[in-house]
Amino acid sequence: MTAIDSDLSRRGLLKAGGALLVGFSFAGALPRATSAAAAAARGDAAGPPNPMQVDSWLAIHADNTATVYFGKCELGQGNVTALLQVAGEELDMDMRQLSSVRLDTNITPDQGATSASSSIHRGAPPLRAACAEARQALLNLASAKLGVQPGSLVVDKGVVSVEGQPARSVTYGALIADKQFRVALSGTAPLKPPSRYKLVGQSIPRLDIPDKAAGKYVRMQNVRVAGQIHGRVVLPRGQRAFGARAVPVSVDESSIADIPTARVIRKGDFVGVVANREWDAVKAARQLKVEWRDTPRLPNTDLHAAMRAAKTTDTIIVDTGDIGTGFRGAAHVASATYRGPYQGHLPFSPNCAIADARGEQIVVQCATQNVYGTRNEIAEVLGVAPEKVRVQYQESSGTFGRSCYDDAAQAAAIMSVATGQPVRVQFMRWDEHGWDNYGPAHLADVRAAASPDGTIVAYEYHGWQHGWTTKASVHDIVLGKSAPERPDGTTSITVNPINTGSMYRIANRRVINHAVPMEGLLRGAALRSPLDLNYGFCSEQTIDELAFAVKMDPLEFRRKNIGGQRWMDVLNAAAKAAAWTPRVAASALSNARVAKGRGLGLATHNFSYGAAVAEIEVDKDTGVIAVTRLYGALDCGLAVNPGNVENQIVGQMVQATSRALKEEILFDEHGVTSLDWNSYPVLRFAESPDVVPVVVQRLEEPSTGAGEEVMGATVAAIANAFFDATGKRMRQYPMTPARVKQALAARSASNG
Amino acid sequence: MAQTLTIRVNEQDHAVEASPDTPLLYVLSNEVQLNGPRFGCGLAQCGSCSVLADGVEIRSCVTPVSQVAGKSITTLEGLPAWYAKQKRLAQTPPMHPLQEAFIDVQAIQCGACYNGMTIKAAELLSKNPKPTEPEIRQAMNGHLCRCGTYPRILKAIQLASTKMSEAKL
Repeated sequence: MTAIDSDLSRRGLLKAGGALLVGFSFAGALPRATSAAAAAARGDAAGPPNPMQVDSWLAIHADNTATVYFGKCELGQGNVTALLQVAGEELDMDMRQLSSVRLDTNITPDQGATSASSSIHRGAPPLRAACAEARQALLNLASAKLGVQPGSLVVDKGVVSVEGQPARSVTYGALIADKQFRVALSGTAPLKPPSRYKLVGQSIPRLDIPDKAAGKYVRMQNVRVAGQIHGRVVLPRGQRAFGARAVPVSVDESSIADIPTARVIRKGDFVGVVANREWDAVKAARQLKVEWRDTPRLPNTDLHAAMRAAKTTDTIIVDTGDIGTGFRGAAHVASATYRGPYQGHLPFSPNCAIADARGEQIVVQCATQNVYGTRNEIAEVLGVAPEKVRVQYQESSGTFGRSCYDDAAQAAAIMSVATGQPVRVQFMRWDEHGWDNYGPAHLADVRAAASPDGTIVAYEYHGWQHGWTTKASVHDIVLGKSAPERPDGTTSITVNPINTGSMYRIANRRVINHAVPMEGLLRGAALRSPLDLNYGFCSEQTIDELAFAVKMDPLEFRRKNIGGQRWMDVLNAAAKAAAWTPRVAASALSNARVAKGRGLGLATHNFSYGAAVAEIEVDKDTGVIAVTRLYGALDCGLAVNPGNVENQIVGQMVQATSRALKEEILFDEHGVTSLDWNSYPVLRFAESPDVVPVVVQRLEEPSTGAGEEVMGATVAAIANAFFDATGKRMRQYPMTPARVKQALAARSASNG
Repeated sequence: MAQTLTIRVNEQDHAVEASPDTPLLYVLSNEVQLNGPRFGCGLAQCGSCSVLADGVEIRSCVTPVSQVAGKSITTLEGLPAWYAKQKRLAQTPPMHPLQEAFIDVQAIQCGACYNGMTIKAAELLSKNPKPTEPEIRQAMNGHLCRCGTYPRILKAIQLASTKMSEAKL
């Protein structure tokens, strides 16, 4: 049944650098002659490798260790540790035997973008299947070697032995020793049942943290290619309206003549500078005289009024029951308009990339969330085949969605092609702030009704926002046209029906999306937990208002109306952590200058279940909200690494606090004016809440996302705590001191 | 124009080629090839580039290299040795107690803010071995984090402070 080619090409193995290759098959006859592509060492040819082959996912080495290849990247969320736990579990190997490689379009499988909290949810199942398939193949080999049926074999730490006879054993490494499996994914290899998990479900400390702590971790910004020169992009400070791009009317190259080695690189409307020394490139970008076309088109007074007035494409997302009937004669109705801001990704380290166009392939190292997508877009901008470009991922700082990583990668590629030298491009802070693809602003009209006994009887949500661009600014600038945005498909974001009332049993519910054209507003793209903070802010305040109207404790009101057990369990978990005691909101108002309040929120992203409790203090004189403590509960199905999920809950809640209180991209009619951390303040150390994370573990449920799903609930809880503290409602965030003071001065709760 | 300048970094003298107005950060990254201090804003707003100059935290992104002549610069890479010298330890430990504490409480997410956080906290603990929570929050307030790791960094600093005082280090 199985056989191993004894006539191994040693030369071939050496060329393969360890893993891979040559005449080894489970299918009987041995295809000695391998195709040219198969004979190449891993990484020699453009990918993606065939995802239906086990060899695309792992290699077992002679020393009984394994290299695992997957297509999701470490962004600081710990997914590499968790994915290796999944691999080790199915292979019955120990964490110390496992390693992975950085994503590379010549090497790693194409698993799409590392986005939408998909690393474990969608990234782990194919890896798990491949490892199970590999284990089955290895057991077949061991069966032949040890002369017993595969069913009599057990595996521990990559050592296969006959059950009850540990001396009769062979290691994975001895069985396959760097040769190819040549096994297709059948999908029939048995997966280990959760009851036998040893690694999955354990809070294994993250593998990347020790090197990060010691300063040994190689980050994108620390990558150095011999002979590299330095490039900077030259863009207007702050993007113009979407569609206007950046069009140079004139570029005075003589204006940088005094800077050693500095010169201008142009491609289409793209302008960049290069110099041998980094500081000279920085100075040249600053000093180069460029006159930009300026067609002021951004709404300079009221963004949200402009959104409401726009010619929208309207879609009914949810329509259950009959809201007309539901609202008619309802005892209590809560109704308000809510507004949310543009917010930025703004990675702490601005994006950086190094391109080297000297070889057969143009090799670009960058911090993209999607190596294959970045490869294809670079190829489009350069006008070459995608296979001519090789993108290698290097971790930079948390990017939280589509920041300027493609812009930096494309700029570096353009400059390296133009100069014939390796070029390192580092975005400046104002480039990253000013040319981000922002999380879109949101406008909502929300109303809901309750019966006197506290049953939610009707709910209606109208949401306005524009969609996304999936192309980089540099792409649009080089090609001289902005990639079109559409009200549907991948460039759209419609109101999330999960976060707009689905967590409650509501007989009559309608959710309507009003797609606003992006043209004339700002570039939009997915920002961590896209628009969920808005839904939490708008929808959960509406629910809270109904609880207040019927004089019920907000927790009790939610429990009464809850739409499912998993929502109920996260709600209870957060409330329990916070030691919540029943009390109607705003029933303990104080005349003190600093008022305390607590609030609840429920929300998620696309899957999973999130709940939050916030404890805050409002300084009525200064208008400053201090979020003192947050409790967050998350049910993400099977939490592969609960410790990682706890860390993600903490991070999400602190970031959501920053976005709830502080973050807002500002602009005038010419362009964006939020260009650094002073003009775009974020939460600071002294303002950070304490956070208590709670993971609701579900060993028998599929894993779903854990990187975004308590953010909406957090903003909701903070907003509801504000009402509890003050008796007033905030209808717009970020909840800045000016807006707080305005809300406090309003006569009624609704006028905030 | 570029000149040859001598700077002292992590107890070693380095002759570097740079124009005197070059921010120290670019010299540390490109000439000395260190990975601890990193570009974050270039505006002294975030703390990504922090180093110690004679034990005092400075922002290397806005400090011209000419201004550190005669000063002793310590980066993340040199922190364990700086700590050992300060505490008169016989041997340089592999890591500053703060770095160990960051691992113990799994404080790091992406780790981009980590250089500045460690440098600043090391400066704090060198001056105030047992800071209160408000003192820590105040001292660290000039260092931003985007992943939301402040609560765990706070815990790590408290843990390091406790361990250092228990060990009488």
